[in-house]
Amino acid sequence: MEFKLVYQVAFSLLIARWKQTLIAAIGVTISITMFVTVLSFMSGLNDMLDGLITNRTAHVRIYKEIQISERQPADFINPKGHNFVSSIKPKNELLGINNSKTILEAIRKDDRVLGVAPKINAQVFYNVGAVDLTGAIFGIDPVEENRLFKFSDYVTSGNYIDLKNIPNSIILGKGVASKMMANVGDVIQVTTSKGDQVALRVVGIFQSGIQDLDNVQSYCSIGTTQKLLGQPSNYITDIQVKLKNILWAPEVAKEYQRIYELNAVDIQTANSQFETGSSVRTLISYAVGITLLLVAGFGIYNILNMMIYEKMDSIAILKAVGFSGKDVNQIFISIALSIGIFGGLMGLLMGFGLSSLIDQIPFNTESLPTIKTYPINYNPRFYLIGGTFAIVTTYFAGFFPSRKASGIDPVIIIRGK
Amino acid sequence: MNKVVLEAKEITKYFHDPVTVKILDKVSFQLKQSEFVSVIGRSGCGKSTLLYILSTMDTDYEGDLIIDGVSMRDKKEGELAIVRNEKIGFVFQFHYLLNEFSVLRNVMLPGLKLGQFSEKEIEHRAYEKLKILGIEKEALKDPNQLSGGQKQRVAIARALINDPLLIMGDEPTGNLDKKNSEIVFNIFQELAEEYKQTLLIVTHDNEFAARTTRIIEMEDGHIK
Repeated sequence: MEFKLVYQVAFSLLIARWKQTLIAAIGVTISITMFVTVLSFMSGLNDMLDGLITNRTAHVRIYKEIQISERQPADFINPKGHNFVSSIKPKNELLGINNSKTILEAIRKDDRVLGVAPKINAQVFYNVGAVDLTGAIFGIDPVEENRLFKFSDYVTSGNYIDLKNIPNSIILGKGVASKMMANVGDVIQVTTSKGDQVALRVVGIFQSGIQDLDNVQSYCSIGTTQKLLGQPSNYITDIQVKLKNILWAPEVAKEYQRIYELNAVDIQTANSQFETGSSVRTLISYAVGITLLLVAGFGIYNILNMMIYEKMDSIAILKAVGFSGKDVNQIFISIALSIGIFGGLMGLLMGFGLSSLIDQIPFNTESLPTIKTYPINYNPRFYLIGGTFAIVTTYFAGFFPSRKASGIDPVIIIRGK
Repeated sequence: MNKVVLEAKEITKYFHDPVTVKILDKVSFQLKQSEFVSVIGRSGCGKSTLLYILSTMDTDYEGDLIIDGVSMRDKKEGELAIVRNEKIGFVFQFHYLLNEFSVLRNVMLPGLKLGQFSEKEIEHRAYEKLKILGIEKEALKDPNQLSGGQKQRVAIARALINDPLLIMGDEPTGNLDKKNSEIVFNIFQELAEEYKQTLLIVTHDNEFAARTTRIIEMEDGHIK
């Protein structure tokens, strides 16, 4: 009963000044709309940029590095002394990972692992007439590579699965293909580092978005690459691991390095600049959004203040007929909250609408073959934060004017006439 | 013997702005049930000030105020609001109706606040009060569609809605023409005689005062 009356009075006051009320609500609506849109858009862009790296980079990469032995024969003879040995050279050994099949099996059984993809790194020359272009071929398992690293997203023409189905096939980087004037279906010549010349059929063109990569990089299947290099079928140089949670990567990398006595690098170490970039961008978008909301809050504060000056007489009379300061306070708080809730809800709806609209705008860029429109992240968290903030700001915007209204002395106003 | 409705005990009040002036000096009197009392005096003698203290809206005074046997001295703002709501009806020089509400709603408002009856009942009672004042036909209009005299009658109806112990008026006819003043006075008289309503009216109008049952004349902060 009590609350109903307070709400009825608040509602009547609102309706009596509906233009001002509407303007205040529109202020909230616009700021919430912009808040939601800016955050969705910024976060969409962020995800896209992060995706450039995280989608196609292994969380943990295991490889063997050719390095000199840490303990030289002299250290065994004289373990306590200081041994000065200069000009040490690494031992001639294979780049391939020893016992790779067993390691792959073991990692695949790890609960934290989403998937494992083997990879071979091979140096080659692409033969274009009399000229040899330096290049690199990655030997991959096309199916696993696609499952874990969205390989097919970057294959702009041809079909990635042909790599597996057609023997001696290759997917060329876009830069390489244009230099060689090769199209899908053509046969090209490559020279391996050992001097053998091999003919490979082009089954696709690959565009990663990173031009330096596209100018040298090509993909073959594991088998083809092993044949190119003249290595046995257990020869691989890298093991790419994708984890269920990217945050586990540093820990897992350390563990694998210890267990398998190989080098393991986690994505955070390999691409630390990306994490910094995305966290700074998130910070900026939140700062912009919250500024918008604060401005709307001041708008509501102003309008309520004005309303209270206008309604001095009404407040005085309400008090004279028995409304307490607390009731008057509640009336004005309800006014502020109604504006906040109404404006906030409209803002969330319009924010969703505006983001969907941006989502439709074409966005074609050379470097991002899979992106066709501006990216939007429809994370419900932004809507939750926006809605909460709308109500909290309007509450505080109403709090001080309401306190002023509740403190009004009816005698001064009635006597003042 | 009628019971005492309101008692002022040595009420003293100062104004501090711009210099300290004693505006009321130990004012004491009693108001008994169904008395129709007018307070008269020259401008500035403190009669309105006294009324605001008696109405509990002004709490900055010395002395004591007893309404219906209870001291108002140490009550909090919220408690005083309840006393005003329940026991005192107000009629001011200006009608002070809320333009956001219809006439009926204006009359109902203190009743809704009190919450003693259901909304339906309050509405019924509001119609009855308006009928006593002869303006039940205007119930659904907006206050600004009414004449000055009608507005003042609506204000009286609003004062009556909770069947208050006491009705206070601050120059209720001060802003009305002769004819409307006459109507309002007659209403007060009717209330006093037929409904045994206690009334305390501050007025400038000596003619008005002469027709009440008791006159309290004030001069320089005392009762003469």
